[in-house]
Amino acid sequence: MSTRLYWEIGKRAFQRQLAYRTANLAGLFTNACFGYLRGSVFIALYQTERSIGGYDVSAAVTFTWVTQALIMVVFLWGWWDVEETIRTGDVVSDLAKPFSYLGFWLARDYGRALYHLLFRCCPILLIGEVMFGLRWPTSPVTWAALALSLTLAVAISFAWRFTLNLTAFWTTDARGIGGLASILSTLLCGLLVPLPYFPDTVRRVVEALPFAGILQIPADVFLERVTGAGLLLALGQQALWAGVMLGATQLLVMAATRRVVVQGG
Amino acid sequence: MQPGDEPVPLIEVDELEKTFRVARHHQGFFGAFRNLVSREYREVRAVGGITFAIEAGEMVGCIGPNGAGKSTTIKMLTGILVPSAGRVEVFGMVPHRRRTDVARRIGVVFGQRTQLWWDLPLVESLDLLRYIYRVPESRFRENLDQFRALLDLDPFLNTPVRQLSLGQRMRGDLAAALLHDPEIVYLDEPTIGLDVVAKHRIRDFLRRINRERGVTILLTTHDMIDIEQLCSRLLIIDHGKLLYDGGLEKIRGRFGTERTLVVDLAEGEVEDSAPLAVLYAREVRADGPRRWLRFSRDDTTAADLIATVASRYRLRDLSIEEPEIEAIIRRIYEGNW
Repeated sequence: MSTRLYWEIGKRAFQRQLAYRTANLAGLFTNACFGYLRGSVFIALYQTERSIGGYDVSAAVTFTWVTQALIMVVFLWGWWDVEETIRTGDVVSDLAKPFSYLGFWLARDYGRALYHLLFRCCPILLIGEVMFGLRWPTSPVTWAALALSLTLAVAISFAWRFTLNLTAFWTTDARGIGGLASILSTLLCGLLVPLPYFPDTVRRVVEALPFAGILQIPADVFLERVTGAGLLLALGQQALWAGVMLGATQLLVMAATRRVVVQGG
Repeated sequence: MQPGDEPVPLIEVDELEKTFRVARHHQGFFGAFRNLVSREYREVRAVGGITFAIEAGEMVGCIGPNGAGKSTTIKMLTGILVPSAGRVEVFGMVPHRRRTDVARRIGVVFGQRTQLWWDLPLVESLDLLRYIYRVPESRFRENLDQFRALLDLDPFLNTPVRQLSLGQRMRGDLAAALLHDPEIVYLDEPTIGLDVVAKHRIRDFLRRINRERGVTILLTTHDMIDIEQLCSRLLIIDHGKLLYDGGLEKIRGRFGTERTLVVDLAEGEVEDSAPLAVLYAREVRADGPRRWLRFSRDDTTAADLIATVASRYRLRDLSIEEPEIEAIIRRIYEGNW
């Protein structure tokens, strides 16, 4: 197998992020500011309530900082790397290569995600710990489950972002769709508020959607809100969505390349 | 191969066509709304029935004005585009059906694009190709060492690609296209935007790759010097049609039938403004005693014409101008040869 190839691709995607140290610092600052802001809002909210949707105040604050730390790991908004190659025509070089187009970009995204895990997520969690004090996992099993959950979260978010990017094969204005898409993902991933805050009927739907697997489930794993059978179920849900969405994405790639083929791109 | 069989061409293209559907846009404010509800399409024929074959080891140049269909043809040869009609085979395979199999055995450079990783040192992009094409380590080293020397890559091998000059980047892209020992290399405008020195270096490199490694090369260009210095064979494409397929010398014979005899008349031979009257030739320019007489191969030979002119006028000097290849090509594009 060509595992080595995708490893090498991922490695380079990690390396190329190192060229953007200043951008990362600026982003770090922004994420921390919003972490502080959101954390403060939640603390104010809990002045009158002991528990909302099963979250007490320390769980809610930790949830805030964990999701804030993961924004760039799952690259919630504004990832247009693929769309750019389609728009500029550079995509022809990638299509003229003997590798899987989906595999190429997935490997790149994992390399990038690892960079953001180390240089964005970890510092944000430390800042959150210093400013608010977070509720950390207590069991080594949780850390292992978290690693798996994040791996699947990146796959799901990648499939979603990659799909948005691929629309560039059909329309010259893929980023217009992206505006709507980022509102959707902000709301449905659990970034704005934890999904259990929603009314029961809405909650049942949004918790079953793939978006829940991008932030809500990893954050709940971190908080040890899901354990035992519940944990397996949550990871299973992520794995299922990751598989289904990557499969669908592959079909879309095939349709899109046929499209290049028919339309000239 | 059976005795008596013709050698099978590496690339075979037969009545190849490519038609794009382009959305017709309505103009103006209300037009924008009409675009939303009703899409009309018009057909643009980028390639309209091209036939040629290329044998192993050839170096073929393809020229034609912008939008003539050169790049579209190359994209069909690589399998990125599917033809609308006609047949294309490379290594006996249909490229768009077996894109990956074909991709392993070809190299491509799109001159206005790059396959290199923008943010990483050049060497990282080159090294990745080893894994993409599964090149054995020793063979890879051998090739890289040779290209480093031939293309003088060492001064910028560890520089991020975004900091390279256009010429350096092109040298990097050429190395990248050749590291896996492809049998065919397609080069779409490899010398575009480069200065004379950079062009010269790249031509030298291509000549060596073709001669020493037997790599079959198909390149497109706007620079006739590329063709004159590199290619034994020339394809001229315009409006999706193949206008010419053959040697560079033959093109002068076929399209450049008109030559010019330049004579310097002896002092006081004729009035300054009086044109020379010679059968089978017409004076197309006069500058004092120097006169340009255009004549066609079909009407007379150069020797006869010179004899005629010399018998009628006293001459100090004379020379014959072959038509410039650029001028011939321009006349072919304009359709009045």
